Amino acid sequence: MEGLKLTNAELLVYIHPSKSGNKLKAICRELSSLLFQYDEIFDGVLLAFDVTVKSKGAKILAGLNPYFGVKVEASLLLFNPKPNSLVEGKIVKISPETIHVIVLGFSAAVVTDIDIREEFKYRMRNGEDCFVSSSHKRHVLKVGTMLRLQVESFDEEVMHIAGSLLPANTGCVKWLEKQSEEALHMDRDDHKRRKIA
Amino acid sequence: MGASEVLTDPSSLYDVGNGEYSDTYTMLTVRNALASVQNGESERYEELVQSMQIIKGADHAVWADLVTILNALSGSVACIDIIHHRKLLSSVFGMSLWDLKPHVMEALVGLLISLAATSGKYLDSCLNMLIGHFVPPRWVIDRLSQRRVIDQKTDVLSQVHGAILKISLLVPLAPSRLLPMLAQQMPKINKKDNVVVMYVENLFKLESSPIGQVGSSMLFMMVMERLRDLDLEIDWDDILQDDSSRGMFDMELEDTMNEGEEVGLFWNLMYQNTSGGNVVFESLDKLMVISFDHLESCNLDGRLDQVFEKLFGAFENFILNTYKSKVSQFLMFYACSLDPENCGVKFASKLMDIFLSSNKPRPTRQVSLSPLCSNVSYSLHNTLVLMTTWLMSAIAYLASYLARGKFLPITYVATMLKRLVDECADYCGACNDDIRPEAHQIFYSGCQAIMYVLCFRMRSILNVPLFRSQLIPLESILMHRLNPLMVCLPSVVAEFLKQAKAGGMFVVSDAFIFDDLLESELSRAFGGPERLDTFFPFDSCLLKSSNSYISPNFIYWSMVRPTYEEDDDDEEDAEIIVNGDEESDEEEEEGDLDYSMNKMSITPKHSFKNKMERDGLLKMPSMIRPSISPQSF
Repeated sequence: MEGLKLTNAELLVYIHPSKSGNKLKAICRELSSLLFQYDEIFDGVLLAFDVTVKSKGAKILAGLNPYFGVKVEASLLLFNPKPNSLVEGKIVKISPETIHVIVLGFSAAVVTDIDIREEFKYRMRNGEDCFVSSSHKRHVLKVGTMLRLQVESFDEEVMHIAGSLLPANTGCVKWLEKQSEEALHMDRDDHKRRKIA
Repeated sequence: MGASEVLTDPSSLYDVGNGEYSDTYTMLTVRNALASVQNGESERYEELVQSMQIIKGADHAVWADLVTILNALSGSVACIDIIHHRKLLSSVFGMSLWDLKPHVMEALVGLLISLAATSGKYLDSCLNMLIGHFVPPRWVIDRLSQRRVIDQKTDVLSQVHGAILKISLLVPLAPSRLLPMLAQQMPKINKKDNVVVMYVENLFKLESSPIGQVGSSMLFMMVMERLRDLDLEIDWDDILQDDSSRGMFDMELEDTMNEGEEVGLFWNLMYQNTSGGNVVFESLDKLMVISFDHLESCNLDGRLDQVFEKLFGAFENFILNTYKSKVSQFLMFYACSLDPENCGVKFASKLMDIFLSSNKPRPTRQVSLSPLCSNVSYSLHNTLVLMTTWLMSAIAYLASYLARGKFLPITYVATMLKRLVDECADYCGACNDDIRPEAHQIFYSGCQAIMYVLCFRMRSILNVPLFRSQLIPLESILMHRLNPLMVCLPSVVAEFLKQAKAGGMFVVSDAFIFDDLLESELSRAFGGPERLDTFFPFDSCLLKSSNSYISPNFIYWSMVRPTYEEDDDDEEDAEIIVNGDEESDEEEEEGDLDYSMNKMSITPKHSFKNKMERDGLLKMPSMIRPSISPQSF
């Protein structure tokens, strides 16, 4: 899965004097308010963080409320799916025109019929909506399937991904991995045959 | 591409029966119409927009057409462009479910869900439109007595809530966007109707749904805020003005079992007394009632415990430091009464924790700092003042709660009292020489709290030797040079001393008889500008329907058997029972009914100037009938 990165950052967190009793809690509180929001400076959506307080002293701001700034070092987990990168998510709803997927539990992704490759046809099987591949009968997309899709665009405000199933390396993750394993085995067998020969 | 296939061979899109063929055809038509705008030929698009307009009295065929179009649009959301198809979108968002027949409603809701889930751009508009349905249009409100209209309201709201839920399932971050919108769209207080109540009903519905798992805190904050606003709209002093015989431990409003004319008369008079405040009264009452009902359903679902945390947070934020609210705090009281072992105990513990918190400001002399630090010292001083009133308020709530909660076991009350006593005793040991009441506000609040609770619970506490022994430090506290008996509210002190003497707790000198004085200079001094010395938040709930929920769990003053009360079987005079070896089976005996009739309580008015009024204290006003059956606690 692409689009995830781990970065280190040096931050300065300003804390209200009333919270001076438990600075770490206050710092975590401040950073938690940034979770699941896109931040321009970090260039991504903050998913998780880990902080260590670096400074012993802190600078007090002049003004009516004497906030003080604490230097921290944080490692941040950021999510920023660039166009044409691949992401994976679970299918939550299928309709003849769309496939709704949830990526990493928080981001909604949608693949519309225009972006689904010809290979996949909509079918109703056993009362369930699904998309079945016409060339590989076992390649089925239904509710609950983990889907690998290519990112077309990412709406940072709502964390919405517009995805595409056009490239050949997209589809049901399980099936794709099985395919690639079989291909690997076949390669090895070929290699052996060539060696022997 | 899938779409190009659609344009050439519609039958390949669906593997379903022939019945769907016309839907496919419409989908084609609609997609072509949408696409045509970009080509500059907007004829078909204009037709499409036109067919979306709802005409009053349209026939069945028109509605059916609308349904097919809406369904087709649902499937073509990816083809809708926010700029080119602005007219269409505003037409969609301008529709109202209240005007539509059920099958059309479903189609429109389907479109909204599609729009919200397929593209982030429309999410906010869809959610806003759905929230806009929480309050019905005027014509619905005016006809809410009709069965048909009630059914329609149920239908519409269930569609709306269903849609919000479905959108949240498809777009996990939808609830976090929804909550601020809910706050924004909340109706303001209106003197004309109670739309606030209808809106809040919906908020509670959301709270019960999976969305409540993430939004509970904020939803309760919104409700508490409105309750507080309504509460503050009412000028309670104005209402209580009419009943001039107000005094501590004197007349209390009770919802009697035999609701005679007099009681009904009082409620009517009270509701009429407010100038134009009738609607506000009703709104507040109704809002309290639906809140109570919601708490009850939370309890039945077994989640009152988790809900309580959020509830307390909202209470702390909005109610705890609002000293003029008379009714809103009963939300906490009711929650506690539903689940005394968990919530009941938690409420008192949290209040106690606030009181005992280590950040408590210790008494300090006013020191003047250099001008450089003046800003800091000013804001710190303000913080100190705020913290003090915060703690005093918490203590007042605790005292009133322990006194009035019928569902609280006496063992628990005794434990709380012990902690208060110990804390005050510690304070006595550590205090400085400053004898001004303002310097020891928290201490005096603590002492007054202990005395107030004992006014209600003295008999039961003294009956148990262990509890009695836990109160031993109290004597030295009250005799301390800080002199709480002089500073605390005289009416409370007088009643307490009377009972303490009769119960044989300790003997005090006659210097503390106050001549029915309600309040004094000193009590005003410690009470501060907010008059926290006369703050008894859980005094009788003054709203009719709300009170009916509260009264089964509420200790009215008339139900209390003070220790000085004479029993029929008791041969000895009250004065002789100084050693206080009371019979344990006293509780089963009937008390002297007539004597206790004369004693009830209510929060005293803030300015009690007229001596004539005070003389009227002992006379019973004709309006209120006291309760017939006192019980002992």
